[in-house]
Amino acid sequence: MYRETQIIEDRSTVSPTGVDLEGADLVINVGPQHPATHGVLHLVIALNGETIKKVEPHLGYIHRSIEKMCESLSYRQFIYVTSRMDYLSSHINNHGCALCVEKGLQLEVPARAQVIRVLMDELTRLASHQLWWGAMAMDVGALTPFFLAFREREMINDIMEETCGARLTMNYMVPGGVMVDIHPDFQRRVKEFITHFKNKIDEYDELVTGNVIFQNRTKNVGYISKEDAISYGMSGPSARGSGVQCDIRKLYPYEVYDKVKFDEIIETDGDSFARYMVRMKEMRQSLSIVEQLIDNIPEGDFQAKTKAVLKLPKGEFYSRVETARGDFGVYIISEGGTTPYRIKFRSPGFSNLSALDHMARGGKIGDLVAIMGTLDLVIPDIDR
Amino acid sequence: MTTEELKIKISELLPSVTFEEDGQWLNVIADAKDWLPFANSLRDHPELHFDYLFCLTCVDWKTHLTMVYHFESTQHRHIVVVKSKLDRNKPEIETVSHIWRTADFHEREVYELFGVNFLNHPDLRLLILPEGWEGKNPLRKDFEDPVNMVKL
Repeated sequence: MYRETQIIEDRSTVSPTGVDLEGADLVINVGPQHPATHGVLHLVIALNGETIKKVEPHLGYIHRSIEKMCESLSYRQFIYVTSRMDYLSSHINNHGCALCVEKGLQLEVPARAQVIRVLMDELTRLASHQLWWGAMAMDVGALTPFFLAFREREMINDIMEETCGARLTMNYMVPGGVMVDIHPDFQRRVKEFITHFKNKIDEYDELVTGNVIFQNRTKNVGYISKEDAISYGMSGPSARGSGVQCDIRKLYPYEVYDKVKFDEIIETDGDSFARYMVRMKEMRQSLSIVEQLIDNIPEGDFQAKTKAVLKLPKGEFYSRVETARGDFGVYIISEGGTTPYRIKFRSPGFSNLSALDHMARGGKIGDLVAIMGTLDLVIPDIDR
Repeated sequence: MTTEELKIKISELLPSVTFEEDGQWLNVIADAKDWLPFANSLRDHPELHFDYLFCLTCVDWKTHLTMVYHFESTQHRHIVVVKSKLDRNKPEIETVSHIWRTADFHEREVYELFGVNFLNHPDLRLLILPEGWEGKNPLRKDFEDPVNMVKL
């Protein structure tokens, strides 16, 4: 059922008949079923002519109460649910949860597992950014990039399928390492992908980044300052477009991120184009990380020896990882049992979305999709 | 700033706080009625400068509720966890959504899932749950829903 909003009430006071054209506000609903919202997100937008006065997100269409569900799942089981949150970075979600459990158990992860984990994370980031790039270009009216992006993304999905057994919800990270060893063909296929994608990413730039129409649509649109971005709790590429230094991989390195060379991409313009550029440059960085590691996977175990039933000691554990969307946090409160007493997932999309109103206000309705596109929203990540 | 320095600075700001150090980060336990001025000084003190509220949540301990705020300073890179005990039957705490704007959404989430009343919040309504869920707080430990909940 439709939820009453503040905006609707405002409108009824302005014009009781609803047909007052002079200075009347127009309220339109975008979603929950709308291609530009990339999922079931419902936006109620108050307009004055073409100018946006307010954007109000209505959430919860796919709220599954994952936090409550996890309270009755064991420390091995709950990781599988988290793949269903940010389904484009499911590896990294699993990784964050595995890190948190390992922190509680004080478990050392074998070197081989650490490298495999980072490789998988970066491949996931690439796949996620590719999908974002295609969808973003489609939002502003270019259809071809969507097909190009899916061509490359398909290669990564095939690699994932071969090693993890699934294409989207991989559930490959477990406490202590990874579930199975990599497929014998893994290294060859990743190298194939690297050589293929290196040329293609230049094609991406030629096709979209340098395009005048695209630049006109995204430059000076959806500006947010550095201070506001921090205050809204933004993270990931969306915040780095405003000059916020927030890459968890650099600030609090986990696994082997302190041993590989990569740059934290920061743009200072704070508009949609800056956020776009951050992701484009990040793809090259991820590619470089994969390149550095693919020939240097150490021999050894892929999983540390753990007990069949995991019990975390009494206490609180928090782990942070950098997903394709930003700072993902897992907060476990343990009472010493086999299930968490309380678990909280700090999802990057939730905070990033809260800044949408601030960014879109005063802009034109046509720019809204260009702003939303560069926020890279994944709705299950927001609703949880 | 190291943990010891943080402790000294924070106890200068609010002498009534107590500390817990067994966790990953310094835990500060503050009283709910001192929260607003304390939050303001955490944000504005030049040496503390906690400008990034990266996690805001609540825990139901059956006897009471605990608000948990995770703060980080993007300038000094120190982290602190602030906790505040609330009465379970009438949980009330001042909003901080005007200090950290991210708290606006997060407090609405805690309001519907735990029933915490954030005083002076500009727009305290349900965010995730559909209408008709006012007063039912699914993340409380005693919540029962025979229809929608599958016990595992």
